[in-house]
Amino acid sequence: MRQGVSGAVYGDGEEVMAKQRLMGLNGDEAVAYATKQVNPDVVAAYPITPQTIIVERFSEYVADGEVETEFVAVESEHSALSCSVGASAAGARAFTATAANGLALMWEILYIASSLRLPIVMAIANRALSGPINIHNDHSDSMGARDSGWIQIYCENAQEVYDASITAWRVAEHMKIQTPVMVCLDGFTLSHTMENVMTLPDEEIQKFIGERGFLTVEGHMGEGELRLNPEMPLTMGPLDLQDFYFEHKMHQVEALKDSLEYIKDVDEEWAKLSGRKYEYVEPYLMEDAEMALIGMGSMMGTIRHMVDELRSEGVKAGMIKLRLFRPLPVEAIKKAVGDVPVLGVIEKAISFGAPASPLMEELMTSYYHDKEKPMMANYVVGLGGRDVSPDIIKQAYTSLEKIKETGKVERLSTYLGVRGE
Amino acid sequence: MSQKRAWQDLPKGAVSYKSSMDYKTGDWGVNAPKIDYDKCIKCNLCHFFCPEGAISVRDDETPEVSLDYCKGCGICAKECPVQCMEMVRK
Amino acid sequence: MTERLTLKQAAKIPDTLMSGHRLCAGCAHPIVGRMIMKAAADRPTIVTNATGCLEVATTIFPFTSWKVPWLHTAFENAAANASGIEAAFKAMKRKGKGPLAKYDRINVIAYAGDGGTYDIGFQALSGALERGHDFTYVLMDNEAYMNTGIQRSGGTPLAAATTTSPAGRVIPGKTERKKPIDEIVVAHDIPYVATMNPAWPQDVLDKSRKAFDTVGPKFLHAFIACCRGWRYDMADTIGISKLATQSCVFPLFEVERIDRKPVWKLTGQSASIARRPESKKPVEEYLRTQGRFRHLFRPKENKELLTAIQEGVDHRWEMLLKRCGL
Repeated sequence: MRQGVSGAVYGDGEEVMAKQRLMGLNGDEAVAYATKQVNPDVVAAYPITPQTIIVERFSEYVADGEVETEFVAVESEHSALSCSVGASAAGARAFTATAANGLALMWEILYIASSLRLPIVMAIANRALSGPINIHNDHSDSMGARDSGWIQIYCENAQEVYDASITAWRVAEHMKIQTPVMVCLDGFTLSHTMENVMTLPDEEIQKFIGERGFLTVEGHMGEGELRLNPEMPLTMGPLDLQDFYFEHKMHQVEALKDSLEYIKDVDEEWAKLSGRKYEYVEPYLMEDAEMALIGMGSMMGTIRHMVDELRSEGVKAGMIKLRLFRPLPVEAIKKAVGDVPVLGVIEKAISFGAPASPLMEELMTSYYHDKEKPMMANYVVGLGGRDVSPDIIKQAYTSLEKIKETGKVERLSTYLGVRGE
Repeated sequence: MSQKRAWQDLPKGAVSYKSSMDYKTGDWGVNAPKIDYDKCIKCNLCHFFCPEGAISVRDDETPEVSLDYCKGCGICAKECPVQCMEMVRK
Repeated sequence: MTERLTLKQAAKIPDTLMSGHRLCAGCAHPIVGRMIMKAAADRPTIVTNATGCLEVATTIFPFTSWKVPWLHTAFENAAANASGIEAAFKAMKRKGKGPLAKYDRINVIAYAGDGGTYDIGFQALSGALERGHDFTYVLMDNEAYMNTGIQRSGGTPLAAATTTSPAGRVIPGKTERKKPIDEIVVAHDIPYVATMNPAWPQDVLDKSRKAFDTVGPKFLHAFIACCRGWRYDMADTIGISKLATQSCVFPLFEVERIDRKPVWKLTGQSASIARRPESKKPVEEYLRTQGRFRHLFRPKENKELLTAIQEGVDHRWEMLLKRCGL
């Protein structure tokens, strides 16, 4: 496989591939199938396009007795996550899935799940937030949840979705992390598009996942596992005022910081098992690149295609796919960016009234004190499912070329593919 | 601030680490019940009506008030069917 | 069905809702809470608590008053949290995983106030009841958002003055009646619904026990007098609670599902009022005890509203008698 393509074969290709099965799955089905193999204790979910296939397929697994999961068809997304929180607090592996407005309805509980240190896994079929109401893809939903203390993995294709839907458990449950994880897949583009997906046997997944581990904490009745256990009662979610709340937030700061250290161990282990090795950032043709785009999700495939096309025209274009947004792997990004003089940050999200979109702002912050840094421009694309066509990508590279030539960034944020701009 | 634990020393997940039994609420009120044990009929109602759980029942089924927690609300004295309790200054 | 838990026996059961909490002096929450927890003590119990007085005042970090596993997450989702806990128990029991797997049954109790039940938590409650989770939902009804400073809720009765339904020169307190939550819950066709009043501890124990022994969703509606929000002397909590039932403002009853039909039955004091209607006290006697109704009497008596309140109580009492086949 090509450099920068996810799932590049790792180790002895033939050996690891022999036990795998090629399946035709769309992104939602890839989530559902992976989750079936994980066989979580509780799945609580509420339907919302384009996530519905996940819960439909999973319900079938339940109905056919292929999992031992307690499936709770709740009456809202707020209850979906609240139910998952209750289940996870009681020691269960809990999974849910949502999108857009559903995620917005969960907002309150997102922060609570992470502060309780509950390793819930949630798939997000990324969809534009209302209003006006729209069912198609952009990243406004999960981008808005970026400060909720969850880890966020963004996928490019159905294979990545399958793989992340398994590794997410190990990440969430890692003893140094113990934090919930969102697996983000672009609505329709990934959720509803069938692709070839290599899958491992159930028993390999079970072995990889193992049993959930629990933090040991000192409660008011003694030391015990962080779970609701009548033998060692804990009070989870007390009223935490001025004198302790800040300290407890530091636990989450530490967990997210530490997770940067340990997520790669999980990815490494997965690579040994599956042959597919994932990095936090995946550069493509960056060694000699004179301009590059960095971004997340399914559009990175289109960008890779455009890089190839530009290269064939003699333009030294490169790209960086960011797979992990929370925590933001700043060092890895900087390493991938190298000394490329012009960097375009391409995003399917707006932060209204802000100087730029979230990733752009965070990268500029990350580079602020560096002497050597690229000129940076922000390209907002694809809102509400607007097609991010090769032509749009080309416009971004043309803009970067101009910046390189003039040495000036005339507009920090440019909206590409919108009429009137 | 200094006696309170640093974040590294607090239990994760923000679980409570002290029992409220260590938090004495007895100084909230000025009065507490005084029991006339000769009159007490051992009905135990005061034990149930006490919001604080400050009235325990002894082996002989008479009540005993813990001044550590009594907030002096006076429900016990008011509800005692034989008026064997009187609210007096602590 | 386990044997009846007598007051004498219950008095010996150590509190799992412990002393040292910071609820107001004279608050009815811990009175009812302690009784319910005593009734729950014969089975492993997990409690989840909606945001509210009981939650904040019993778990001010680093302290906690709960000797059983306890979870609070938010205001509107106690029933959803309970659903998750119950689902986890079922799944882990099935898989033989973890410390919960060894129990035959556990009590899952969700405590929520009137705000968390009539209003913001109504949807989660309805969903959990419909799904049939094995849990006991306890509505701790103090008839307003007391924890945030006495704002009106769907559980606030007609004419009560709250900080968002104040008794003004033009509007005399809350203009709407209390939402008939028990009927709404009964309409979910669940196995057990009961009202309870701390003034009658044995009744609280009996109904709690019955709820815990029943499989499926149960709903207990507890009358929680609030000296701070209702404006009365803290020593009067039980006295006022008694009056509420004696005047039929808060009747005591239970609804059991028998042969797929809800069977309504008056209990205790309310059953005796039904037998001797002359013992039913006028609502005015109840209203006069509380500052939240003071504007009905001063500066001059609001006869029209007092009549409307009495008629409303009578009407609901008649309906209840009919439901009970009386």
